[in-house]
Formats: sequence, structure tokens, C-alpha cells
Amino acid sequence: MDARPAFELKSTEGGTRSFPAGRPALICFAKEDCETCNLVAPLLQALHEAFGDAANIWVVGQSGDGNTVFRDRHGLTLPLLDDADLATSFAWDFEAVPALYWCPDGATAETHMEGFVREEWQGLATTLSQTLGQGRVPVDWAALPAWRPGCASKHLDPDLNDRLRAAAENSPIRARRITIAPADDVAEFMFDQGFSDGLPLVPPTPERVLRMLSGTQRDPQEVIALMPPNMGEATIEKIAINAVMAGCRPDYLPVVLAAIEAICTDAFNIHGVMATTMGASPVLVVNGPIRERIGMNMGLMALGSGNRANATIGRAVRLAVRNIGGSRPGGTDRSTLGSPMKFTMCFAEWEERSLWAPLHVERGFAKDESVVTVFAMTSGPVQIVDQESRAPDELAGSLGLGLEGMFLPKYHNMPVDSLLVVCPEHVDTLMRDGLYEKDRLRDRIQAVTTRPLRAMLADDTSGAGMTREAAAGLSPEQLDRPVPKFASPDNIHLVVAGSDAGKVSSAYHGWVTGAMGSQAVSQKIEDMF
Amino acid sequence: METILDPTDEAVPVSRQITPRTGPVSGVLGLMDIRKPRGNILLDELERLLAERLPDLDVRRYAKPTFTKPCPEPLRAQIRDECDYLVEALAD
Repeated sequence: MDARPAFELKSTEGGTRSFPAGRPALICFAKEDCETCNLVAPLLQALHEAFGDAANIWVVGQSGDGNTVFRDRHGLTLPLLDDADLATSFAWDFEAVPALYWCPDGATAETHMEGFVREEWQGLATTLSQTLGQGRVPVDWAALPAWRPGCASKHLDPDLNDRLRAAAENSPIRARRITIAPADDVAEFMFDQGFSDGLPLVPPTPERVLRMLSGTQRDPQEVIALMPPNMGEATIEKIAINAVMAGCRPDYLPVVLAAIEAICTDAFNIHGVMATTMGASPVLVVNGPIRERIGMNMGLMALGSGNRANATIGRAVRLAVRNIGGSRPGGTDRSTLGSPMKFTMCFAEWEERSLWAPLHVERGFAKDESVVTVFAMTSGPVQIVDQESRAPDELAGSLGLGLEGMFLPKYHNMPVDSLLVVCPEHVDTLMRDGLYEKDRLRDRIQAVTTRPLRAMLADDTSGAGMTREAAAGLSPEQLDRPVPKFASPDNIHLVVAGSDAGKVSSAYHGWVTGAMGSQAVSQKIEDMF
Repeated sequence: METILDPTDEAVPVSRQITPRTGPVSGVLGLMDIRKPRGNILLDELERLLAERLPDLDVRRYAKPTFTKPCPEPLRAQIRDECDYLVEALAD
């Protein structure tokens, strides 16, 4: 066995004791409420009385104030050291107390025992006699039980162990630690520091962040993106910190990481999305097996509140953009009004509820892959209500008319994405006579929103649209040219979600799409299963 | 005593002092158009006024490819290498 870790601990008798100390040492870790520790306490005292002149016979207590109770209960005069913060227990790395180490050279353990096995302890007493040249130990071994199990060491308590791992020398934590004075309220402190989106945050303690990091196999220091506007290094650890604050569970982390990789691409352009006065925000759609594994909502209220995964994954992404990228309202986030999507917007597609290929399959992934797709959307969800249509084309026409309001009804030929969330009852109507292809729906939307160019001119009703001067130069034939709502049917993205009851679909309206704006990006999610 | 971890990128902005005024202004001034509509008109007028009042100044014009995305790193480097001063402007 290697040299045991050094320590310096306070003794209940006053002063401190250090290991190694240059003389043979018998170190036993114990806790006050462990029955087996209480069984061996008199033995340790006897060993101390027999060999204390030649060796350090010490008990390291894990019980804080209980250490003195333990000492007084057994009349111990041997040094009882205080390891209340369990850092030494953690460093010595054993499972059960009593945990006993015999280090004849004062540093390296020749013997290590946990629990109580009479023969082993008796053998140890003999070894000590032979090594230290002292007399026999006055113990009635026959009166002791042959064997007693130990108790789990206190440092293995899950909550305490996470804290100890976070504080250990080989901890993966590198982020700056902020110590908050006892008189300060941590929730208020985080508001004051500007970490929050306006809602309360879960304090990102080292132990919580460590637990969050257990949700991925990736290196905590891997930089997965440079996040504008500050081009901050988005490490797995920094993202995990923001995920803790948002309220995520560790198994959500791979979704958050994939979403952040997606929004930080040049194609998605998170800088422009955040900076625009139009109040754009990422909308996250999750596909694949992970939806079920982490309990995402794709049914009733899928776009609303109440589901932890939906709510906190979207929020974690937004908090990371705020804190790592430095995009803050009034700074580079210049939204005129913004929208509730600036807090969070994430949901899963109910892939099984329609005959359509799900979004991620349309975008080139396998059905059994988990994928997050990010869209830059300026408004939504905007409800499209049609309770009456019973024929597929009728309903498809209503969905088109519902989308025509995007930005302004008279604006057409728009190179702007929309994300249409079709509810199950509307799916049923569309599929009444069999598969109603997505492209057929896209074409139908374009057809019912097609207007002559002259309907898009600035006039006394609305000064928006083609200027009067530009229109004056066009022929009547040119003004009659039919123009659909979207520049391309590809601007129309389709997914399914919602409860089985209700003929209410919903649409998100995009921002500038294309190379100078934002394009939807899909990113595969790390498979942890 | 509670410990939390810093959720930010931990970048500490460099504190800069205003350069001492030396009187005459000379050297190379960059005028950067971020490509918002009509930003060029504002910069044209600014360039005209600068030419009138500071004839010793060499004014050069730059433009981002698009206002929606951060300035490309090569353009940043070019401006840093070529200019003594930079005015970044937009109109909307």
C-alpha cells in the first residue's frame, strides 16, 4: 500500500496532531453512533496504554460534537482527532468504520482492516508487541464476538461525498468559487450579480455541479463553443453550472449541450438572434428516444408550463447565453419588446401521433437517434383555431390562413421560417383519407396565402409594403403577379404535439432566415444509455 | 457559509484610460459601417466633416459583411493593423 495521505487535525484534548509524524502509527477512523466502533474503542484504548510510548495510537472521529461523547463514554485518553469535515476520511478512501491502519514506518500502511474480525485484531495486537517490543495487551479476547460488520463511513453519504469530491485535489471543478457570507442571502446575491433571467435560481454549489456533470461523459473542460457577444468559452463545466441554476436534472445535460452547440454555429447565429430588436429567441424541438427517457412533454400543454425538462432545458440554454456569452437585455440584447420565449422555449415532438416522418428524420437523422433542432423565432406560439373543417384540404387551408399573419398579413414572399405545431385532432383531420404528405400541406399553405402583388403595396390602410414610388414603375401584369406568403415551401417546418383533445394548432414566426440571418440547425444528442 | 461556482466566462474587462489629448489629430481613422440600412449615409457625412476639419487625417472605410453577425476576425485584425482610431457607426 502507498504512503497514506498526510493530515493535520485538531485533537479533542487541544492542539493539533500531524501525520506522518516520524514514528509508528496506528490510525483508526470511527464514528460515535457505530456499534462496532463502540466495540473496538476499549481495545484501542488498551493498545494505546500498552504501546503509546512507542507509537501514535490515534482515533480519527467522524462525528463532530459526537467525538467527545464517544471519548467520554469509553474514558479514552488516547488522542481523538476531529475529522468533522471528513476531508481526511475522503482522502484515505475506505468504505466502513472502524477503519484501522497500522503504519510501522509511520507513513505506509502494512495492515488495513475494516469492521471487526477478532482474529485479525488479536493478530494485530501480537504484531504490535513483536514490533514495538512491549508487553502483552490485557484484553479478554474470548469475551469478544468473532466478527462484527462495520458501518458505512460517513464520507460516503451521497450528499457529503459530492461535496468532498468537489473539494478534492483531483476535482474536475475549475470555475471560480464564490463564497457567500453567512449574513448574505444566496438567492439575493445571485440576483445582485446579474446571473438571473428574473426568476429565482438554484445555487450552483460545487456538489450540485458535480452531480450535473455526471450527466455527460464529456471532459468538463472541453470548450464546445465560443459564445458571442463576448466570445466566452462555453466549457461543459460552465454550461453545467448554468444548467444547475436553471433547475435541470443531470440527465437533461446532453440536450442542453447539443442545443448550445447548435445555436453557436455560424448558421444559427445566436449573436444576431439575441441582438435583434425583433425579440428573437431559440426554440428547441427534441426528437428521438431521449424524449421518453427524461420525461419530456409532447402532449397536453407541451408548449406551456408544468414539465421540468421542457422548462429547464430551454432556460439553461438562455442562461448560458446570458452568463457565458454576456448577452443581456440593454447590452447586446436589444429586443424592443422581447417575449416569454426569452425565458425558455423547448418541447418534444409527438412523433408517434402522426403518419409523418418526424422532424429529425426529415432533416437526415435516424429515427432512433436523439436530436435537438433549434429555430430562431420572434413570436409564438400563435394559436390557429379551426373547429369546423372536416376535409383535409379545408383544414390545411385554415393552417395556411393562420400563418398569413406572420409579421404582417400583407407581407409576402418572405424568406422567413415558420414552425407549425399541428395538434393531434388536426392531424386526424389531415389524415382522414390516408397520409397527407408534409409537402402537400406546405403547398396548400402557399396556395391559400397567394395574393397578387398589388395587395402588398403601401396604401392608406397601411403604409407598410412596397412603396408607392416602386409600385408606380410596375405594369398591371406585374402587379397581378401571384405571390405566396413564404419565399419557399422549405420555410415551413412541421411538427406534431399537443393533447388529444382540442382543434388548436400553433405557429412560431421566425426571424430573418438565410445566410445573413438564422437557419435552423439540428444537433445529435450524446447517448448516455 | 455557502460556496457557489461562477456561471460567467470570468473574463475581466481591461480597464482603459482615455489617451492624453495631444492637440492635432493625425494618422489613420477607420470608419466602420456595420451594414445597417443607411449607415453609409451617416458615415459619408461624418467623413465629409472630418475632411473639412481634420485635413491631416487619413480616413479609411470598412464594413462588416452583415450587421447580424460578429465582425470576422480577419477584418478586426486588418483594422487593428491599419488604423490609429476607429469609429463604428450605425443608423436604422
